Amino acid sequence: MYTILRELADSWAMLVILLFFLGVIVWAFRPGSRKLHEDLAQIPLRNDDVLPEDNTGEK
Amino acid sequence: MQHGIKAAVLGLIVLAAVIATNFARDLAYQFHAILIILVAGYLFIREVGKIGDPVKPAETGYMDGVVRAGVIATTVWGLVGFSVGVWIAFELAFPALNLGNIFHGYGNFGRLRPIHTSAVIFAFCGNALIATSFYVVQRTCAARLWGGNLAWFVFWGYQLFIVLAATGYLLGSTQSREYAEPEWYIDIWLTIVWLCYLAVFLGTLFKRKEPHIYVANWFYLAFIITIAMLHVVNNLAVPVSIFGSKSVSLFSGVQDAMVQWWYGHNAVGFFLTAGFLGMMYYFVPKQAERPVYSYKLSIIHFWALIFLYIWAGPHHLHYTALPDWAQTLGMVMSIILWMPSWGGMINGLMTLSGAWDKLRTDPVLRIMVVSIGFYGMSTFEGPMMAIKAVNSLSHYTDWTIGHVHSGALGWNGMITFGALYFLVPRLWGKERLYSLRLVSWHFWLATIGIILYASAMWVSGIMEGLMWREVDAQGFLVNSFSDTVVAKYSLLVIRGCGGLLYLAGGIIMAVNLWKTAKGAGQAVAKAVPAE
Repeated sequence: MYTILRELADSWAMLVILLFFLGVIVWAFRPGSRKLHEDLAQIPLRNDDVLPEDNTGEK
Repeated sequence: MQHGIKAAVLGLIVLAAVIATNFARDLAYQFHAILIILVAGYLFIREVGKIGDPVKPAETGYMDGVVRAGVIATTVWGLVGFSVGVWIAFELAFPALNLGNIFHGYGNFGRLRPIHTSAVIFAFCGNALIATSFYVVQRTCAARLWGGNLAWFVFWGYQLFIVLAATGYLLGSTQSREYAEPEWYIDIWLTIVWLCYLAVFLGTLFKRKEPHIYVANWFYLAFIITIAMLHVVNNLAVPVSIFGSKSVSLFSGVQDAMVQWWYGHNAVGFFLTAGFLGMMYYFVPKQAERPVYSYKLSIIHFWALIFLYIWAGPHHLHYTALPDWAQTLGMVMSIILWMPSWGGMINGLMTLSGAWDKLRTDPVLRIMVVSIGFYGMSTFEGPMMAIKAVNSLSHYTDWTIGHVHSGALGWNGMITFGALYFLVPRLWGKERLYSLRLVSWHFWLATIGIILYASAMWVSGIMEGLMWREVDAQGFLVNSFSDTVVAKYSLLVIRGCGGLLYLAGGIIMAVNLWKTAKGAGQAVAKAVPAE
């Protein structure tokens, strides 16, 4: 069991982890991500004091 | 009905604890059983009193009560942890301070040291992480905390864990695993509390109003999940008796050591780094009133940190029975880790680009920037010390202790102080802090304290390392261990004084925060108009 797991960890699992990581970087730099990221970076600067749902008056 | 069930369960817990008290095999276990009788008994009476009460309507808005409690707990535990640290630092310089004729061994360094480390890491930093994560996840998701009073259970359950752990160390209950000293039943309790914490955090993420999950929450989530995994694996042990605190680890020999340092280093990586980076990615942009420098960099920072940290543990076991390849792997991974760490540091610092002038007027921002600076410094020092050749000099010396403290006091402590200064006026509905002058005082006391501490430990550590390896022409060791202890006496005193300054800064902060919450020094008390 240990041998099988070890074999898997040394080969395919390592490749999957590496490819996943490279994929994340490519995905972060994909065209059109700039606008989304700029919007995401603004998240902490809104919704500060009150829940938005409390502002709509629907309760 | 609900209260009835709760009362019944609590009653059973009291009964079990009474039985445990009767059959207890050691003092720590017995003391803890009595403590549980008191806690569960109090809650039992409270629940019985509530039977038949009408069901209260669900509260709305952000759930800030538990965050306020967390802020208070962070401050109080911080002062406790710093005080114990200062005390034991002076014990090393003046051993008579363990007051053996009064405490008969209970005041010894060996008993107090885990109280210091657990108080600052788990009580101070842990409460800061739980409180800020509850605050940040609500604001960045635009949602109230999930699970109603479950967040309160997490808060009080965590405090109970801290009290059980600290009193256990004093009474001699420890599994002797660094940063994982609490024995089996305390570990089980923490697992329950931690899974509830994960549930509250995930539940809030699931009901978020913002379409995306802000990067700070990724870091907090990674911290919560990884700590759960590390804690469970490292504490796999068989109790000798269900009525005693002693347990035996499932692993043995070098495997045991590797599991411990896989845990130990990732406790640094995920508790003291990932969680605190979550804090940085929220509170620095808030205090600077600008978005983070690069969101792309934050994504890469996150994934690189997650993938790399988990391999670095073996560098704690250089030149031991651990296989050579594992040592080298740990060394290489530690060095690679330098890159995401500095990526994160640059991202935090550059958030201020175009707003550097704020550093002149805002001491809170100054505290945050210094904390990021210390993050950069200690994440440079760490990989360097993980290099085998450097480690052969630095290992087991005071250099390691200096490194840990520049990270803990500089990075974790300072970013927490920044977050507390940010949170208290907002949580208590005040316009501003009581006094910015006091914040400046805190800033300088803490900074000078850390510098004294770290530089004394560098000198002491390198001296120790050189003295230990010095051999004469015949190949005999020149110095005995006690020679090094005598040689570093003055440095130990300087270290203690550095800690004293840091503690003084902490006391000033506590006073400032107390006055702020009480409403002292506010310009005009303005009522919020109803809209």
